[in-house]
Amino acid sequence: MSAESFQGRTIADGTAAGTVLRSTEPISFYGAVDIETGEFIEEGHQLEGENVADRVLVFPRGKGSTVGSYVLYGLAQRGNAPAAIVNAETETIVATGAILGEIPCVDGIDVDGLADGDRVRVDADAGTVEVLSE
Amino acid sequence: MALALTADEEALLESDDPAVRKSMELLVRLGDIYGAAEMVEIASAQASGISYKSIGDPGVEFLEGFAEEGAEVRVSTFANPAGMDIERWEEMGVSPEFADQQRRIVAALREMGVTISFTCTPYLAGNLPRRNQHIAWAESSAVSFANSVVGARTNREGGPSALAAAITGRTPRYGLHLPENRTPTHQVHVEPSLETQSDFAALGAWTGRIVEDEIPYFTGIDDAGTDDLKALGAAMAATGAVALYFVEDITTDDAPPAAGQGTGVESLTFEPTDLADEYDELTDTEEADLIVFGCPHSSVEEIERVADRVEGETIEGDLWVCTSRSNKAWADRMGHTETIEAAGGSVLSDTCNVVAPIEEMGYESTATDSAKAATYLPGFGNQQVKFDDKLAILEEATK
Repeated sequence: MSAESFQGRTIADGTAAGTVLRSTEPISFYGAVDIETGEFIEEGHQLEGENVADRVLVFPRGKGSTVGSYVLYGLAQRGNAPAAIVNAETETIVATGAILGEIPCVDGIDVDGLADGDRVRVDADAGTVEVLSE
Repeated sequence: MALALTADEEALLESDDPAVRKSMELLVRLGDIYGAAEMVEIASAQASGISYKSIGDPGVEFLEGFAEEGAEVRVSTFANPAGMDIERWEEMGVSPEFADQQRRIVAALREMGVTISFTCTPYLAGNLPRRNQHIAWAESSAVSFANSVVGARTNREGGPSALAAAITGRTPRYGLHLPENRTPTHQVHVEPSLETQSDFAALGAWTGRIVEDEIPYFTGIDDAGTDDLKALGAAMAATGAVALYFVEDITTDDAPPAAGQGTGVESLTFEPTDLADEYDELTDTEEADLIVFGCPHSSVEEIERVADRVEGETIEGDLWVCTSRSNKAWADRMGHTETIEAAGGSVLSDTCNVVAPIEEMGYESTATDSAKAATYLPGFGNQQVKFDDKLAILEEATK
């Protein structure tokens, strides 16, 4: 079993384990995710058709409208939020949404080091992502 | 933690009040992301994300939840426009379902102590900062005005971060709060004479696209009134993300920066052909079923100009003149509102064409003198746009 571990930076506290859902494209949450279901609805996006609920969502960074923060909050309220968020570089929209929605979040992690389906443990308090199995 | 907190600030981070604690946590994290060494106390805040159209049900839930947790602003906090004139929404064509949700937002804001100003021009409506004052404002056009025309200090806050700053009375000291980050990066020489507010808007749209989030210094502008600067700043903040600009002898006594190779300041020239081309760039159509003025919200002078032009005439199509409720009070008192409405137009307060659900009201094309509106309407409002000077638009509409 791989004991690979990555050290990043705490953005929003908490710990969670889950299966990676990875995008190599940035995500603008406003208009991209259906908060009622957790489904990724943005046409043409790499993650279109996937469901973010309880996944460890890995993507380079957020972008777009600050309303995206409220989308992350809305997902959390409905139990459809990712288990954790892992970024290369978290910007204010995702940081704000993760904090308000109480979704563990770390950045400073190379998103190419993780793959769809990897089972990982995110310890956002320590800023780490540990691969449990690939 | 890279950010140093005072004892008071540590206490906020450990507050029993969840809204205070979450707000402080958010600001500290944002401060870390931006490399702030410390927090700074603020004198006022401007909250964005007020329209139900913009924030939707998740936004309503968040604001209500925050209010329920006891969130209360500690500094004067004004608010951006809502999705409707809160008194005349039905007349506007807004649905009762939308109105209900918007009213929930209004109630939550009230509970938090936010001033129900509902304007993007707080500086014209009772919240005027002073030079060098630290504030935390969202709303890109207001940020531009406060930094550039007033000389206050604010970053381009987002809705939640501005609210968090209002609740804690602080914001991380980074970006435009620091004097060393307030120097020009571009010198823009303006060749043509700018005759109308829409000329200033066009200059802004052109500049914003090139300069993006940096800091232009304009030379060659002979004169500019408050409304002209309002239009210039709003346009640059819409096509780009300009939060601070300088206009020689008008907003600053500082000499133009040394520009060109080796200086670190890029030199640009805005030519007469650029001005003409910009009008074309911002226009998709010659037809308009709606005319909108007041993006940013109109001053009393602008409303008077519209009233004088349409007095005794009949306007073809619909006309919205959007303004703050306080400016509308003067327009009402002076008879301008009555004049405009007699001609078939409406003077609306609390809202605007960008955050009202205009696409649900049956309009397909809009004429405006605002480059900001011309930039946002195709995406947010599904509109075709005609960009031109106010009087030219009214000339067409009263033929």
